[in-house]
Amino acid sequence: MFWLTTKRVFKSGLQNFIRNGFVSLSSVLVMTVTLFIITSIILLGGFFNYSLDQVKNKVDVNVYFVTTAKESDILSVKKSLEVMPEVSSVEYISSDQALINFKNKHQDDNLTLQALDELGGNPLGATLNIKAKDPSQYAGIAKYLDDASSGALSQGGLNIIDKVNYAQNKIVIDRLTSIIKSVNVLGVWFAIIFILVSIVVTFNTIRLTIFMARDEISVMRLVGASSTYVKGPFIVSGISCGIISAIIILIAFALITFTINHYYGSYFVGFDMFKYYTTHFLRMFGILFGSGIILGSLASYLAVQKYLRN
Amino acid sequence: MIVFDKITKVYPDGTVALEGISLIVEPKEFVSIVGHSGAGKTTLVKMLLSEEKPTSGKVFYESLNINHLKKHEIHHFRRKIGTVFQDFKLLPNKTVYENISFAMEMSGRGEEEIAADVPHVLELVDLSNKAYNFPHELSGGEKQRVAIARAIVNQPDIIIADEPTGNLDPINTNDIIHILKKINDLGTTIILTTHNKGVIDSLGKRVITMEKGKIVRDDKLGRYVL
Repeated sequence: MFWLTTKRVFKSGLQNFIRNGFVSLSSVLVMTVTLFIITSIILLGGFFNYSLDQVKNKVDVNVYFVTTAKESDILSVKKSLEVMPEVSSVEYISSDQALINFKNKHQDDNLTLQALDELGGNPLGATLNIKAKDPSQYAGIAKYLDDASSGALSQGGLNIIDKVNYAQNKIVIDRLTSIIKSVNVLGVWFAIIFILVSIVVTFNTIRLTIFMARDEISVMRLVGASSTYVKGPFIVSGISCGIISAIIILIAFALITFTINHYYGSYFVGFDMFKYYTTHFLRMFGILFGSGIILGSLASYLAVQKYLRN
Repeated sequence: MIVFDKITKVYPDGTVALEGISLIVEPKEFVSIVGHSGAGKTTLVKMLLSEEKPTSGKVFYESLNINHLKKHEIHHFRRKIGTVFQDFKLLPNKTVYENISFAMEMSGRGEEEIAADVPHVLELVDLSNKAYNFPHELSGGEKQRVAIARAIVNQPDIIIADEPTGNLDPINTNDIIHILKKINDLGTTIILTTHNKGVIDSLGKRVITMEKGKIVRDDKLGRYVL
C-alpha cells in the first residue's frame, strides 16, 4: 500500500508539473534566479578569498640581522619562528644572497655599484622574510621578535637583530586587516540579504501557484483524499521545480565560468573561475540540489498546509 | 440511515443558517430538498459531509456521530459519500478517466480494479468516447456526468447532489436526473437539492421544503410548492 501510494503521489505530482506548463515554467524561472544568486555569491566568495590571499601574500615582516650574526644563530631564529602556529612561512636570505640580489637589482645603476665597491666587503646583513597565516597576526610575531631580541636570540649579550620592519608595515597591515574584516562582514550580510530576498520571492511564487489550485485541493478533500494524498503531489511538483532549476544553473554556470575565463580572465587577477567551479563542482551540486529541493518542497508543503487547515 | 437531530447553525456574524432541523433519511431513499437561495439547503448537506459543524444538535450516519469525527477520520468517512455539485468540481489537470480513477485511488483501490471499473461507469454515463479529454474540453452536461461517474465509482452508500442541474439546459437536466434515478433504483440513497420545479414534479419522490433555516414541509410524494 505504501509503495502504491508513493507511486501514485509521484505520478500525480509529475503529471501536474508537466500539465501546468506555464505555471511550472514561471516557478522554475524564479527558482533559477534564486539558485543563480546563491551560486554567484559562492563564486564571488571564492574570488574574494583568492584576491585577499593574493594581497595577504604580498605582505610580510622582514627581520634584518646585523652583519656579524652567525648563520647558525639566524637559522635557529628561523626554526623558532617556524614552530609558531601563526607563522605560515619563513624565508632565509643569507647576506651573500642579499648582496647578489642587491647587485642584480641595481645592475644598471653604476653609481650605487661603485659606492658598494668602495665600502669593501659585504655591508648587507642576512634577512628573514616572515609570512603570517593572517595579517592580524603580524603584531604578535613582531612582539615575539622584540622580546626575543633582548633575550634568547641575543648572541653573547649582543643583539643579532638589526631591525624588524613591522613598524613601517604596520599601517598597511592594519588597514589591510580592517579592510579584510569589513569585506568579510559586508559580504556575509549582502549574501544573507540577497539569499533571503530570493528565497522569499520563490516561496511566494510557489504559494501563488498553489493558491491557484486551492479549489482543486478542496475537491480532493471532498472526494476523500487524505492529507498525504493532497500534499504529496504538490511537494513532488515543488521538488521537480527545484531539481530542474538546479540542473539549469549547473549547466549555465559551467558555460558562464568557461566564457568569463576565456574572454575576461585577465580582469580576475589570475583567478581561474572555471577551474574553481570544476574543482568545487560536487559541493556546488550538493548546495544547488539541496537548496532547490528544500526550497521547492518546503514552500509547497507550507502553502498546501494552509488550505488543509480549514 | 441518516439522522439530523435538532440541528442549529449560527455563523459568527449572527446569521442563523439552520434552526432546530430534525430529519431522518432512510436507506435507499430519494430525498429532494427545495427552497429559495439562503434557505439552508447547502448548509444542511455540508453538515453531512462534515464540512460544517453544527452550533448545536447532532448528525448521525448509522450509529456514527459525524460531529465527533477526528480530522484524520473525516476523509475515510467521505469515501462513503459521493458528491455532485452545480459547478462540477472536477480536477482541471486530470482527464475524465483520471478524475474518476482519482476517487478510486483515494479509496486505496488497486490498478486492476480501477482499469476494470472506470470504463464501466463511463459507459453508464455515456462518456466512453471522452475518457481522455480534459474537463475544459467538455460541455456542462458532460462535465456533470463525469462528476456523477466519479461519485458512483466507489459504490457509495449515499450520493449528495447539490444543485446538480443548476448550470444545465433542460435536456441535460433530464439526463442527469435520469441517471440519478437509475442509481437510486440500484440501491443508493440520494439527497438532491434543487430549485428546479420541473425536476421535482417529474420525480414523484419525497420532498422537503426549507425556508429561512427551517423545514416547512415534508411530503412523501411531494411536489414543488413554494
